[in-house]
Parts: sequence; C-alpha cells; structure tokens
Amino acid sequence: MTAHAATHAGPGGRRAAALAGAPLLLGLLVLVFLWHIAVGAKPIPLGTVLAALTAPEPGNFDHVVIRDLRLPRAVYAVAVGASLSVAGALIQGVTRNPLAEPGLLGLMAGASVAVVLWVALQGPGGSAALPLVAALGALGGAALVWGLAGAAPGGVQPLSLILAGAAVTAFLGAIVTLAHLLDEQSFQSLRVWLNGTLSGRSWEVFLWGLPWFAGGLALAFVLARQVTALAMGEEVAAGLGVDVARLKALALAAVVALTAASVALAGPLGFVGLVIPHAARLFVGADYRLIVPVSAVIGAIYLLGVDILARVALAPLEIATGLVTALAGGPVFVWLVRARL
Amino acid sequence: MGPNGCGKSTLLKTLARVIKPSTGTVELDGRPIHALPTREVARRLALLPQGPVAPEGLRVRELVAQGRFPHRTLLRQWSPADTAAVAVAMDRTNLAELAEAPVEGLSGGQRQRAWIAMALAQETPILLLDEPTTFLDLKVQVDILTLLSRIAHEEGRTVVVVLHEINMAAAFADRIVMMAGGRILAEGAPREVVTPETLDRVFGLAADVLPAPRGRYPVCIPARQFDPLQRLPTAAE
Repeated sequence: MTAHAATHAGPGGRRAAALAGAPLLLGLLVLVFLWHIAVGAKPIPLGTVLAALTAPEPGNFDHVVIRDLRLPRAVYAVAVGASLSVAGALIQGVTRNPLAEPGLLGLMAGASVAVVLWVALQGPGGSAALPLVAALGALGGAALVWGLAGAAPGGVQPLSLILAGAAVTAFLGAIVTLAHLLDEQSFQSLRVWLNGTLSGRSWEVFLWGLPWFAGGLALAFVLARQVTALAMGEEVAAGLGVDVARLKALALAAVVALTAASVALAGPLGFVGLVIPHAARLFVGADYRLIVPVSAVIGAIYLLGVDILARVALAPLEIATGLVTALAGGPVFVWLVRARL
Repeated sequence: MGPNGCGKSTLLKTLARVIKPSTGTVELDGRPIHALPTREVARRLALLPQGPVAPEGLRVRELVAQGRFPHRTLLRQWSPADTAAVAVAMDRTNLAELAEAPVEGLSGGQRQRAWIAMALAQETPILLLDEPTTFLDLKVQVDILTLLSRIAHEEGRTVVVVLHEINMAAAFADRIVMMAGGRILAEGAPREVVTPETLDRVFGLAADVLPAPRGRYPVCIPARQFDPLQRLPTAAE
C-alpha cells in the first residue's frame, strides 16, 4: 500500500522524496542517539556505547553507567522531543495558527501547576496517576486560554491566543511560586524540573507516561490525513467528509496526552512544539501525513542535540535543557511573528 | 441568487449539511442528510465554500488530491482510481501545467479553477458552489461559469451556484432561484424570472430587461436613478 502511495500520490514526487529521505533522517537519529549517550562527565567511546547496548557485561563500569543512567536519558529525549513536536504540529494544523504550541497556549503551565500541587499534596514520591494529573492540568490551562481569548475583542485569533497564553502562564507560574514559598522542602526536588530537564528523572516516571506517549502518537498518526483537510478551512473539510467537531476533540485529546506525558517526565520544555513542525514543513510541504512523522523524527533529533549542548556547553556544569530550548526557540518565534502575522 | 444577507449562502450550507436547520429536513436521495455519515454525504455531494484559503506551501496537485478524501479510509489507501480522478479533474480545469505550482502563487482565476478541480475530483453527482466568481475579472468570471455549465451539461452533474451577479446568472443558468429575506420569491428559467417585476420585488432594483443580442437569455440593464447628462441641455437652454 505504501508503494502505491509513493507511485500515485506523489505530488511532484514529494512523497517519494520523503520516503527516500526517511532512511537518512532515521540514520541521523540513530547517530545522534549514540552520540548523546557517549557525551557526558566522562566521555565514552562510541564502540563502548555500542557494546554496552548490544552485549552488556555486568561488571563493566562504563556499561553500567550507559545502561542505567545515559540510555534512559536518551530515551526520554526521543520520547519528549517527538511528542512535543507532534503535539505542536497537530495544534497548528487544527487551529490553522502557525504560532500554536503547547507551551505558548497554556497547556504546559496547566500541566506544571497540576503536577506541583499534586506533589505538594502527595509528597515527592509520585504515582502512576502523575500523567493523568498533568493531563487534567493541561486541559484546564487550555480551557483558560481559549476562554480568555474568546472574551477578548475580536475573539479567538492567533495573537489573542498568544496573549491569553502568556497571561495564563504567568498567572499559573505565580501559583507555583506561592506554593513553593509555603512548602520549600518538597519543592527542592521540583526546582530543576520546573525549568525543563531530562536529568535525574526515574525510569518509573517514564513508564507511567509510556501509554500516554504511545497513545498520543498513534492517534496523531491516524488523524494526520484529516488534519490536512481541516487546514483548508472548516467548511471545506466538512464538504470533504471530515467530522470537524469530532476531529477537533480527538486532536485535543492527542495534544493533551502528549503534553501531559512530556511535562510529567521532563517539565515544561518550551518552543520545541513551535519550531519543529515549521522545520518539517520546509522539507515536506503542507501534507500532515508527512508533517506528523517527520516532525516526530526531527523533534527527537533536536531534543537529543539540545540535551547534548546542555551538557557540554558549560561542562562540568549542566544547563537546564529547557533553558536551551527557550534560547533556541525564542528567536524562531520572533521570526514567525514577523513573517506570518 | 438574491441580495446580500438574503440567506442564499445559509441555504446552500444547509443543503450541504454544514449547517443544521432549526426546523425542517434536507433530504438527499430520499434520506435525511443530517442523519447520514459525513463521509457518505461527501461521496454524493461536493461543497466549495466562499473564498477558501489553501494552507501555505500546498501545491495544485495536492489540493486536487484532497478531493479524494471521502473515497479513502485507513484501510483503503491511494489507488489508481484516485490518480485517474485527479488527472481528469485537472485536465477538465486546464491545470495540468500548473500541477506542481504552489496554490498561493496562482492568479485569482487559476486558484478558483484549482478549488473547482478539487470538488470535481470528489466525483459527486451534485456540486454546490458558493459565489465562485466573486472578486474575479469579467472575462475570468465568464470562463469559470462556462466551465461549470459544461460540467453540468456534458457530465450530467447537478451544479448549484450561489451568484449575486444577475446578468451572469441569466446568461449561464438553466434555472434560477431568487431569494430575499430568507425566503424563495421566484424560481424558473432565466427568461421567466429575470423580469423587471421580479427584479424589483427581489432586489428593489429598477431595471429594463432585454433579450441578449447574441443569445437566448435575458439581459438586465439597471435604470439610472440620477443622470447628470440629462440636466445639461436644460442648463444650456
């Protein structure tokens, strides 16, 4: 079936080109993944990395470091990078808003505040309910932003959404600070997490999020074709046979699941979902059947790269990964505002 | 057709199942359309709304291929029949040479032809179009309506077009429905409904209606309410 798609659907051979480029992109992903593992306080040669992954020796100290510390962190980067990028692509397509992103639209702040309050009530141990708590928070954040933007003069517009997102994010950030003042003990562990980080997260938290990552990504892949139709306008999409209300609800569910699992694991990593889908569009155009998978792979590569930078730039000090994504994403955001609005 | 705000677009969208009527039902092949699955409706009826905007970077062929949406499912992916339908639609609308051009770079007429091609690729017996000629040059309007008229007569499809240009409707339509204030006031062949009386009743327009010099359709000529030239001789006297 895929072969058919390549020969018949190929608009200008774009789909065929994307399929030809796929091995290249996946090869790059593997390379950056291995490099990410090799880099660190003690650089480990790639050969040792490969050996540790394929034939681990229980007594080998490097192998233990790789399998217990570095491999999980690389896996987190792949899961979070892919998820946030796909969430950004979906929300941009469904809202037809090039500036949409889980971080800018209050979903991340909602998820963060929910996690913080949950930890304040439960203690730092956490539980498998963590992604669910984050999801409810993300949903609440989105509801606040859309409600606020809808009440603004002119209604829900790209810019009113961004402003509402900034206001809600600031407001929820104040709540987090307040909670921090009230209970410094339990927040010590969350300080780094609140800046967005892939370090020191337990494998357990990742496993709790795994069904959310997998479900959200699967849903996004299924919805991609309809999102392309919706990107041409709601009436055009309805005329083509898209159930617009249902598509929007399902897309929101996917975005919330992906954002919640990412925030629960790595904290609010801003701008990843904004930057990557635009990069993907440069390569594959306007078809979400290509934008979604390509965003996932580029997003994984990007976050691995960013995390490498976070660890080597000021070594032996480590920069919070979220600071690097913000440093890289901020200028892209400004460029998008100038180019698209 | 009808004056602005008469409800012609609302009626078209209701016919296309995009808007739900507060009372009454729309039937498609004898079944209430709002109870049918969206995809099933889209296989029998195509809708081109007013002033659609293509996402940036979308190419003509990709846009036209979107018309195949209702014919495909997760399990039934792209097929040779889809390729053929897209090729036929682009050929019919003279877009074969522009297939790889980005939609946003096209002229107004070319862009409208691309959207019509998308609706054609849907291969539905019924086509609904909302003001497909608005903001286009007269020559381009004529081209678009000629194309739609040929589609109706040569392919035996039902083509319903919302227009507000009386003479365009009179020249190209087989049947005209005139609306005002949300109601249908007149319905029939152009020669039956494009008359001074109905134009006054529907549009409040004072106009003469003549047979077109080169055709079998009526032409509406608005009467001038204020004519500065008529006053000139009086001033000279």
